[in-house]
Amino acid sequence: MAAGTTRFCAGIVSTARHVSIELKMADYSNKLYQQLEQETGVQTGYMKTGSISLAQTQDRLISLKRIASSLNVMGIPCEIITPKQVAQLHPLINIHDLVGAMYVPEDALVSSANVSLALATAASRNGVQIHERTSVSHVLIQKGRVTGVETDRGKIQCQYFVNCAGQWAYELGHSGDEPVSIPLHACEHFYLLTHPLKEPLASSVPTIVDLDGRIYIRNWQGGILSGGFEKNPKPLFTEGRNQLEIQNLQEDWDHFEPLLSALLRRMPDLEALQIMQLVNCPESFTPDMRCIMGESPTVRGYFVLAGMNSAGISYGGGAGKYLAEWMVNGYPSENVWPLDLKRFGTLQSSRTFLRHRVMEVMPLMCDLKVPRWDFQTGRQLRTSPLYDRLDAQGARWMEKHGFERVKYFVPPGKDLLDLDQSKTFYKPDWFDIVGSEVKCCKEAVCVIDMSSFTKFEISSTGDQALESLQYLFSNDLDVPVGHVVHTGMLNEKGGYENDCSIARLSKRSFFMISPTDQQVHCWAWLKNRLPNDSNLTMEDVTWKYTALNLIGPRAVDVLSELSYAPITPEHFPSLFCKEMSVGYANGIRVMSITHTGEPGFMLYIPIEYALHVYNEVMNMGQKYGIRNAGYYALRSLRIEKFFAFWGQDLDAFTTPMECGREFQVKLDKGMQFVGQEALLEQKQNGVYKRFTMFILEDHDTDMDLWPWWGEPIFRNGRYVGKTTSSAYSYTLERHVCLGFVHHFDEKTGEELVVTTDFINQGEYEIDIAGQRFQAKAKLYPFSSLFTHRRRKDEVELSGYQRE
Amino acid sequence: MCVCPGPRRIAIPVRSSRLPLLSDAMPAPTHLFPLIRNCEISRICSTVCYCHHKHLCCFSSHFAHGHFRYAPQKRFAALYRPKENFNHFIHARDYASTPQRFYLTPPQVNSILKANEYSFKVPEFDGKNVSSVLGFDSNQLPANAPIEDRRSAATCLQTRGMLLGVFDGHAGCACAQAVSERLFYYIAVSLLPHETLLEIENAVESGRALLPILQWHKHPNDYFSKEASKLYFNSLRTYWQELIDLNSGETTDVKEALINAFKRLDNDISLEAQVGDPNSFLNYLVLRVAFSGATACVAHVDGVDLHVANTGDSRAMLGVQEEDGSWSAVNLSYDHNAQNEREVERVKTEHPKSEEKSLVKQDRLLGLLMPFRAFGDVKFKWSIELQKRVVESGPDQLNDNEYTKFIPPNYHTPPYLTAEPEVIHHKLRPQDKFLVLATDGLWETMHRQDVARIVGEYLTGVHHQQPIAVGGYKVTLGQMHGLLTERRARISSVFEDQNAATHLIRHAVGNNEFGTVDHERLSKMLSLPEELARMYRDDITIIVVQFNSHVIGACQNEEL
Repeated sequence: MAAGTTRFCAGIVSTARHVSIELKMADYSNKLYQQLEQETGVQTGYMKTGSISLAQTQDRLISLKRIASSLNVMGIPCEIITPKQVAQLHPLINIHDLVGAMYVPEDALVSSANVSLALATAASRNGVQIHERTSVSHVLIQKGRVTGVETDRGKIQCQYFVNCAGQWAYELGHSGDEPVSIPLHACEHFYLLTHPLKEPLASSVPTIVDLDGRIYIRNWQGGILSGGFEKNPKPLFTEGRNQLEIQNLQEDWDHFEPLLSALLRRMPDLEALQIMQLVNCPESFTPDMRCIMGESPTVRGYFVLAGMNSAGISYGGGAGKYLAEWMVNGYPSENVWPLDLKRFGTLQSSRTFLRHRVMEVMPLMCDLKVPRWDFQTGRQLRTSPLYDRLDAQGARWMEKHGFERVKYFVPPGKDLLDLDQSKTFYKPDWFDIVGSEVKCCKEAVCVIDMSSFTKFEISSTGDQALESLQYLFSNDLDVPVGHVVHTGMLNEKGGYENDCSIARLSKRSFFMISPTDQQVHCWAWLKNRLPNDSNLTMEDVTWKYTALNLIGPRAVDVLSELSYAPITPEHFPSLFCKEMSVGYANGIRVMSITHTGEPGFMLYIPIEYALHVYNEVMNMGQKYGIRNAGYYALRSLRIEKFFAFWGQDLDAFTTPMECGREFQVKLDKGMQFVGQEALLEQKQNGVYKRFTMFILEDHDTDMDLWPWWGEPIFRNGRYVGKTTSSAYSYTLERHVCLGFVHHFDEKTGEELVVTTDFINQGEYEIDIAGQRFQAKAKLYPFSSLFTHRRRKDEVELSGYQRE
Repeated sequence: MCVCPGPRRIAIPVRSSRLPLLSDAMPAPTHLFPLIRNCEISRICSTVCYCHHKHLCCFSSHFAHGHFRYAPQKRFAALYRPKENFNHFIHARDYASTPQRFYLTPPQVNSILKANEYSFKVPEFDGKNVSSVLGFDSNQLPANAPIEDRRSAATCLQTRGMLLGVFDGHAGCACAQAVSERLFYYIAVSLLPHETLLEIENAVESGRALLPILQWHKHPNDYFSKEASKLYFNSLRTYWQELIDLNSGETTDVKEALINAFKRLDNDISLEAQVGDPNSFLNYLVLRVAFSGATACVAHVDGVDLHVANTGDSRAMLGVQEEDGSWSAVNLSYDHNAQNEREVERVKTEHPKSEEKSLVKQDRLLGLLMPFRAFGDVKFKWSIELQKRVVESGPDQLNDNEYTKFIPPNYHTPPYLTAEPEVIHHKLRPQDKFLVLATDGLWETMHRQDVARIVGEYLTGVHHQQPIAVGGYKVTLGQMHGLLTERRARISSVFEDQNAATHLIRHAVGNNEFGTVDHERLSKMLSLPEELARMYRDDITIIVVQFNSHVIGACQNEEL
């Protein structure tokens, strides 16, 4: 037990994390470890030393300030300190190149092996059996459920199986009757141990994290322990290996040289310190730097907790807690979607992909985390048939669930900054480009390739499809054929498991459009809940259709010229779906939705027609000023229209009532549906959080830090929640943030009902990296403002056409 | 190894009014600075250099005045051994107020170093290379203008095996050029079985297309003389006709074939010069070939059989990787020069005892020639009468050349020189990773152990650089940091080169006292003006052959 990489772990418990759920896990772990020794009697070596994260650059300091804001509102003590204060806290540190630092006094050090032992002891006392030196050779699965495991000492029957085999989780996942793909890959990780200093370092000296130097330094038995995340990681075990080899990994001093240089630069006095050992302990990394937990989408009862990205000791306690809740209650007590195994599919399971990706991920541990960062490796895996056409027109790409999506189009002759230089917390270099795309969406017509969206077709021979869907979705789907319905796919608590649009193609078949990253999750959710009826079929048709979004007031003109069919609002009202011909191509599914609140259409085109339809649209659209646009424009449009997006704003803990979408719930549709009770209760008792739109008032777009998401919201000076997304609204010429407002009791901190009055009668501020900006809260979008501007735009539009 | 200011091969006496003055003025290097003021040093130095350059390339201009002094530079030579005195020189130049001093940028340095680099990879069939040779890298860096070194590489098409050789010319490049063009044909023909020789002869006889004998692997700068090809071909044909007549019926022994080929070519060179040619250009050419000289170091690789035939002081060295990953060097040739006692002994036994003292003087054959074996150099092979006859009947250019007319002192019982090679046979083992063939320009500056390490580390890549392990030693962070920084500097120089030979030249020219490439030093060495370059370094020619350990291992197993 704890003989793997756990034994070699550096033992730093740090709550300085970027992702909110990770931060909560680390906080829980810290509190758990603190009381563990008392509870179990096992010494854990817990030592509250605090940690200091250093900033060598202003950008790094901004990044730290953002974390500090998050920590503070969670009640974790934390302060931004000056280099001089750093010197007072640590005797050896060179502060000449520092601009500031973040001090988290409650961070701690533990002995990870002993923590494992303590946890095991406590578990044993509660009846848990631990079989050491027993290897699992095979996971037994029957009818999509775990039934037991085969070990070298015999068979064990079980209802639940948790694969927490660390870097071997991938291999173990493939050793079952049905493979479970757990995308992680190991990299070598080095840290240095030294003999004690002449004046041994006090055990209370804080841990130093020098991200710009890529190293961490903690005291270790009077000497130091220092490791880091190098720029050129060494992935290993790509082909899978025998676990025993982990003991014999070589020290590689040449590889460690940059980190050693960084260490000596940070603490020059260590030159004379004697080396004890260079430890090589492999760590596993995941494709997106976040750990993997949750139930397998294909095998029920098969749980996973692995891929800690070398923060296992920090996350261990919290991750264990959430997983246990998940297994016992069916769901964890927090939104763990960012960590859910189902965010990945089999497409992230290629060893080549993982090897390349982790080589990018590991250095990113120390790299500056700025908004809108895209991974550079493992790209161009899933692409639209139009990829080359769009790329040739200056498309810049981002990736979601392996699918390439356009961010924006760089006009010919215009150059953007290099990738590294474009990293900023301020106004990005594409600001004007996206601005002109938005303008075109508002005034003329734009085309956005949205092929990445997940598309399912559900049909049946009788009424099974309708009945099942009526039960699984909150809106009323018994609409006339040709109607499109926006609806949530809710869980028992009324929270959004998915937010989708469903078109009724015929009496017995439905076409469902969900966000890109729902491909695995939504499939598993529906599979597990649809009746096992051979007359009811569900098919993933994502790859069969290319989706083009025609956005803008002139979209109707383009489409009617291409189809010779009347598309006026009388013939083709909003939220309609028709199969029609576009150009020579027949059978194009046209829907009058745009996912932005702007007028326009979605075209679902069988992929072989994609190029033809795109060419026809672009040719015909020329006279209406058509141009390509990307997702950044779409995002700006949907956020200024107060459109919530699943995975960003909406999660399994958010109900339609909380985000002003009562109109998408038909409580009285005449039959039961999942989450109905919870919603009914909310309707009676009120909601405890409310999705709100904020318009930043005194924010200077050019000079001030931009909001991202996760910024604390203050109401009358008190913390009430966090933002979930933000964008610059080119129409309002202001930043718009979306987020949830809670109502915490001033004395007890208890959550109270949030009323419309509560929202409206407050003065709001948004905290961006420690700086607060005034914000105006709104519960409904600016419909009047837009119609007013529309009229004004029409004047401008005539000018636009003359250009 | 050398006795002259420039590490030249032939010390020809020089008349120069300034030289005695200089050697008088500088009794010992330590007195250099006190005695002469800085500016004078620069003036004198450049004068010295100028002189030496002159007598390297244009013997005639000095000889024209007909004043001989034998071995005048003994003290002077002690002063200026290039390796030791490099710093003095640069130092002196530092003080001199020469404003036109410039440095080369790293890309400029690279373009100089890479100008002559060549790589050949043995092609794969079915994704497999069944040859014991993976390929080779070669390169040369001139010090003489024009360069007097030559290199050749070819695959034998009618027999198996690959031939590689380096040739170091002296007293001009004519002989080295001729040997580089012709020797491999002689070797290939010597190796051919009787039937193939007959087939070739019949083809020539009936004007049919000839079977190709060699496939050359040449850098664009490596040329063959078109004019002499007919002449060379006829000589070669005569040779194989004799081989056909001699048909012994035995299978050809590689060692014997190499020795025969060497001797036969040298003989042909000598004969062609004696017979002459009606074409005046060719006539002059064959004379220049014969009167100049060249050493040769040739490797023949066929499966696990490696033969190295060496004549002169170029050297072949095998790079062996020990079990612990470290590199060691195994010599596959003996230098034929005064440092080789066996060679001195051999020369002495070949001549009467009366000549014993004059045979080797100042580490040179007859006090003149550094290599004790060489192609060409008929001045050390022909009788005095023959030399005089040929020179007198030869073209005017030859007659005007003081060098050709000059007869070596104490020249009583020619020949003093032979082209017969010493052949070493080696069975390749899987740990034999590469072979380095190089002219003495490399070996003067680098120890073979360093060569083995640098090439070994280069070929196996940085990751195979022997890892550092702390073990039980007491090492401080500072010490380790220093060590690692130095190792990294070494590695970064590896990345600049795609060619092992280039990499070796970079080290040979640019190494500082720590064994790492010092860019400043490299830049200085490469920016030396033509007439100065020869003072500090010789022409360097290197071929690095990489072996295919898998194939060698498989061959070995088969034999077992």
